[in-house]
Amino acid sequence: MKIETKAVHGFKGCDPATGALSFPIYQSATFKHPGLNQSTGYSYSRDQNPTREEVERTVALLEGGKHCLAFSTGMAAVDVLLKTFSPGDHFIVSEDLYGGTYRLFEQSRKYGLDFTYLNTFHVEQVKAAIKNNTRCIYLETPSNPSMRVSDIGALVGVARSAGILTVVDNTFLTPYFQRPLEQGADAVIHSGTKYLGGHNDTLAGFLVVADEKMGEDLKLLQMSTGATLSPFDSWLILRGIKTLGVRMIKCQQNAMLIAGWLKRHKNVERVYYIGLPEHEGYDISRKQAAGFGGMISFTVKDTGLVEQILGKVRLISFAESLGGVESLITYPLVQTHADIPKEILERLGITDRLLRLSVGIEDVEDLIEDLEQAMR
Amino acid sequence: MKFGTLLIHNVNGTDKHTGALSVPIYQSSTFHQEDIDNPPMYTYSRSGNPTRSVLEQAIAQLEGGTHGFAFSSGMAATSSVLSIFKSGDHVLVCEDVYGGTHRVCNGYFKRFALETSFIDAADPGKVKSKIKKNTKAIFLETPSNPLLKITDLREMVRIARENDLLVLVDNTFMSPYLQRPLELGADVVIHSATKFIGGHSDVVGGLVVVKDESLAGRIYSVQNSFGAILGPQDSWLLLRGLKTLKVRMDFQQKSAQRLAEWFAGHKGISHTYYPGLEGHPEREVHFAQADGAGAVFSFQTRRVDTARRLMKKLKLAAVAVSLGGVETIVSYPVKMSHASMPVKERERLGILNTLIRVSVGLEETEDLIADFDSALRP
Repeated sequence: MKIETKAVHGFKGCDPATGALSFPIYQSATFKHPGLNQSTGYSYSRDQNPTREEVERTVALLEGGKHCLAFSTGMAAVDVLLKTFSPGDHFIVSEDLYGGTYRLFEQSRKYGLDFTYLNTFHVEQVKAAIKNNTRCIYLETPSNPSMRVSDIGALVGVARSAGILTVVDNTFLTPYFQRPLEQGADAVIHSGTKYLGGHNDTLAGFLVVADEKMGEDLKLLQMSTGATLSPFDSWLILRGIKTLGVRMIKCQQNAMLIAGWLKRHKNVERVYYIGLPEHEGYDISRKQAAGFGGMISFTVKDTGLVEQILGKVRLISFAESLGGVESLITYPLVQTHADIPKEILERLGITDRLLRLSVGIEDVEDLIEDLEQAMR
Repeated sequence: MKFGTLLIHNVNGTDKHTGALSVPIYQSSTFHQEDIDNPPMYTYSRSGNPTRSVLEQAIAQLEGGTHGFAFSSGMAATSSVLSIFKSGDHVLVCEDVYGGTHRVCNGYFKRFALETSFIDAADPGKVKSKIKKNTKAIFLETPSNPLLKITDLREMVRIARENDLLVLVDNTFMSPYLQRPLELGADVVIHSATKFIGGHSDVVGGLVVVKDESLAGRIYSVQNSFGAILGPQDSWLLLRGLKTLKVRMDFQQKSAQRLAEWFAGHKGISHTYYPGLEGHPEREVHFAQADGAGAVFSFQTRRVDTARRLMKKLKLAAVAVSLGGVETIVSYPVKMSHASMPVKERERLGILNTLIRVSVGLEETEDLIADFDSALRP
């Protein structure tokens, strides 16, 4: 079955009891037991809820994973993953990752976890950074906001020979374009708020794993800490996933044209889009993903232009987040990456002239016209 | 602004107070009134609700009208529109209209002496001959359900103008993306928003759009007094559905074209009805008034048992009533949408027990063809 079809039909598809095409929203905190030592399979919605279970199984199906857990936010998913490690454990992390993940990692140092941030595009550097206590390579590819690409297969090879885990944040490309578990990764993270939900109206996080035992450990942690996705939000994400394919195709078509337009603009210095053939990770992307997605970053030549653009865009909203049907523009330096130290920001090229664009599914001519007038 | 953008950035802009991109769900029945002499815009959610209001304005904008109205179902929309007429009035209705419309005309409005005549709208001469002194409106559906018959909207508008009739068009099959009857001169557009507008087989709703102030007043009066309004949560879900209308329709229509061609070439199928097929009657008329063939087609199997076996064996497509969702839905009109139509009438129209209607969803086309192919095998 093709991925479009899986996305529409989900795991169970329609409700077995009534045939309802839309999966029911089980807005129930608790479940009545038939008798002592008997269970319907559900007892309390923090533990498991039928609607959440359907979205978890659907995301697992799309990512090709064994287990999936749905959380109230993407950060809650990362947090539970971190809790499976022990004091003294060391991580190698893509250095230009989402600022919120960086903030969480840095706060986790107080529990004895250690993190080394580096450019995971360079496989040799990753290999050289592995220490005796390294337990995990944590990747974001393409990265946020500098769109660096990491070679998932090559890094999985490095991790396997060191006996450590590979975790990939797959938020930007989604399983529609990239399925890291199929390339050997052990876990996939999603901010489901983004493309999976797709409408800028629901927060959610997902953690998908390939291994049964790891899934069970994570499930116990999720149940214990309780940052679970509510039934209604689970249903909204399920609804969003049904149009994942058509949305991703449209976002990408639009992004490709906008990236080309930006490249030709006289006030633009540099365009970061993994679909451009001159992108350093272009060949890797062609190899490991079926598409390039809808995220673009670009630097303008003059700092003064940033405030002008953010103030003048009409269709495009100046807002945090990404992956929705509406196009958004973000200023990483003060928004998504405000928590990252200055020297790292400079090294990553996250300057006061860098803007990030999440391309939506509006008509591309209208979007270009909006950018054009905002940059004039 | 192009249609694809208008779907996303219509009146449903960002929330003024917070900047929220998603319109708030005002799940409130009533509203505090600061000054009883100057009531606020919203007083009670039957009369008006801020979330419903955004949906109503959005559909008006998309259909090229001035006023929109949201109802709890497509039939509530149709019934509310028909309620602007009075006892003794006469309405012409195209004969292969949705079975539910047939039922409400014959079973309900008849009791209040609202007279209806069912006509073959494909034949303008016949339509003219049915107009009487008390005829007030003509109710059309094009392409029709389930045989995809085409009515020439411009021609009907011309006849209606000459005779001072209102033209009401059920635009459910096309959605405003593919066809905008008000721009062709129609007076009222009706939608079962449950279908392509909602698009996810999860909300039941109806919409009405007009472009005239006084007509808007008449419909509002029915909506407010009869009260078959759409709730805030469902209004919000329809707004969410609207955002992907174009990408859904583009994909579904492309897929429908391929599937219809596949069925047309299948030896077990005697006829396929789809405006996208060469030779479909009045195809040119359709493409002169609409921008695409849509995502619904029907076919007749040569044998009854083939039709029944198909429905039993399908794995991917749901066998269900309704249409327009992301899931492919196969319907059996004689038992479903047109069950309420008298058998003789049904047979005269060609709605036989070998007829199957398909609403194409967002599944990969190859998967659907494989499913139909195996279900059609003996």
